[in-house]
Amino acid sequence: MKEEHFQKQIDTEQKIEPKDWMPEQYRKHLIRQISQHAHSEVIGMQPEGNWITRAPSLRAKMILLAKVQDEAGHGLYLYSACETLGISREKLVQQLHDEKAKYSSIFNYPTLTWADMGAIGWLVDGAAIINQVSLQRTSYGPYSRAMIKICKEESFHQRQGYEIMAEMAKGTPEQKTMAQDALNRFWWPSIMMFGPQDSESPRTGNAMKWKIKRQTNDELRQSFIDKTVGQAEIIGLKIPDPDLKWNEERKHYDFGEMDWEEFWNVVNGNGPCNKQRLAHHKKAHDEGEWVRNAAQEYAKKQESATN
Amino acid sequence: MAKNATVWEVFIQSKNGLAHKHAGNVHAADKIMALENARELYTRRNEGSCIWVVKSSEIVSSETEDSEAFFDPSNDKMYRHPTFYTMPEGSKHI
Ligand SMILES: [Fe+2]
Ligand SMILES: [Fe+2]
Repeated sequence: MKEEHFQKQIDTEQKIEPKDWMPEQYRKHLIRQISQHAHSEVIGMQPEGNWITRAPSLRAKMILLAKVQDEAGHGLYLYSACETLGISREKLVQQLHDEKAKYSSIFNYPTLTWADMGAIGWLVDGAAIINQVSLQRTSYGPYSRAMIKICKEESFHQRQGYEIMAEMAKGTPEQKTMAQDALNRFWWPSIMMFGPQDSESPRTGNAMKWKIKRQTNDELRQSFIDKTVGQAEIIGLKIPDPDLKWNEERKHYDFGEMDWEEFWNVVNGNGPCNKQRLAHHKKAHDEGEWVRNAAQEYAKKQESATN
Repeated sequence: MAKNATVWEVFIQSKNGLAHKHAGNVHAADKIMALENARELYTRRNEGSCIWVVKSSEIVSSETEDSEAFFDPSNDKMYRHPTFYTMPEGSKHI
C-alpha cells in the first residue's frame, strides 16, 4: 500500500521529500549514490589543488582557486542532501576513511602538467555536467535541488578548461604536445566516469524504476562523446581512439572498447593515486580536529555568557 | 571525535525589497560562523543582500502525511477568492 503510493508519486513526477515514506532500498541507494557524489567533489579538489601554487599567470591562478572553491561547495550541498536521509556528516566522512564509501575513480589519476588543468575542466567537468544535468530530474527532492544549484556553477568550469586546452593547442609545439598528451591520458578515464556498460550494471534496474537515475550509463556516455568530438576537432587535437567514427545510421559516434580491467583495478583501490588521495584527506581531517574542538568550546562559552 | 556540529538553515534575500528564501543549510559551531559559512557557500556570485541563519532544531514543520487534514479548513472556503463573486455585467475597475 505504502509502496504503491510511493511508486505512484514517482510515476507522476512528484518529488520524494525527506519526511515522505520511502522503501529502505531507495534510501540506501540514495545514501550510497549521493555520498559517493559528495566525496568525489571533495577528493576532486586535490588533483587541481596541486597546481594552484604553480598556475602560469595570476588570472589562471584566480580562476583555478575559484573553481576549486566551487567544488568544495558542491561537496557541501551534496552532504546536506545526503543528511536529509538520516545519516550524519561525521558518519559519511568516516565511511570514506574506512573505504566503505567510494568516490569517482577519475581523481585517482595524477596531474602531471598544466595542460591537465585544461583536460580536467574540459573533459572531467564536461562528463560530470552531462551526468548532473540528467540528475536535476532525479526523484529525490533535496538531491534534485542540489543538482540544479551545482549545474548553474559548472558551466564556467568546463569553459575555463577548454580555454586552457585551446590556448595550448595553438601555442608552441611543446605546448601543443602537452595538450595532446593530457587529452591522451584523460580521455579514457573520462568516458569511464559514466560507469560500467548497462549490460554489466546490476543496479540500474531499480534506479531507473525509482527515477533516481533518469538515463543509463551508456546513454550518458554516448551523449558526452557526441558533444566532445567536435570540440576536439576545432582546437586541432586528436581523440586517442582509432575506432571513433560517425555512424550515419545511429546518428551517433561509434567508439572503441574501454579497458574495463583498468577501470575495476582503479575502482578497487589500485589506481596511481588512490592511497595518496585518501591519506591526504585523513590528514587534513585529523589536523583540523583541534580547530573544530576549539570552535565548539568557544560557542559553549558564549552561550553560557549570554544565559 | 568531536560531537556533531550544529546544523543551521540558511535563508537569503537576493535583493532589497524581496522576501528571504530558503537556500539550504550549513554546519557551524556558533551563529557568526554560521553566517560566514553561509556567505561562502551560498553567495559566491552576488546571490544575496542579506542572510538569515536559524538552528535547524528550532524549526517546527507540519507533517506531510497529515497535510490533507491539516490544510482541510481552507478547502471549502471558496468565498475567500475574488473569482467566487459575480460582478454586474459591464462593471469595470473592480
Ligand atoms: Fe562540481
Ligand atoms: Fe566542476
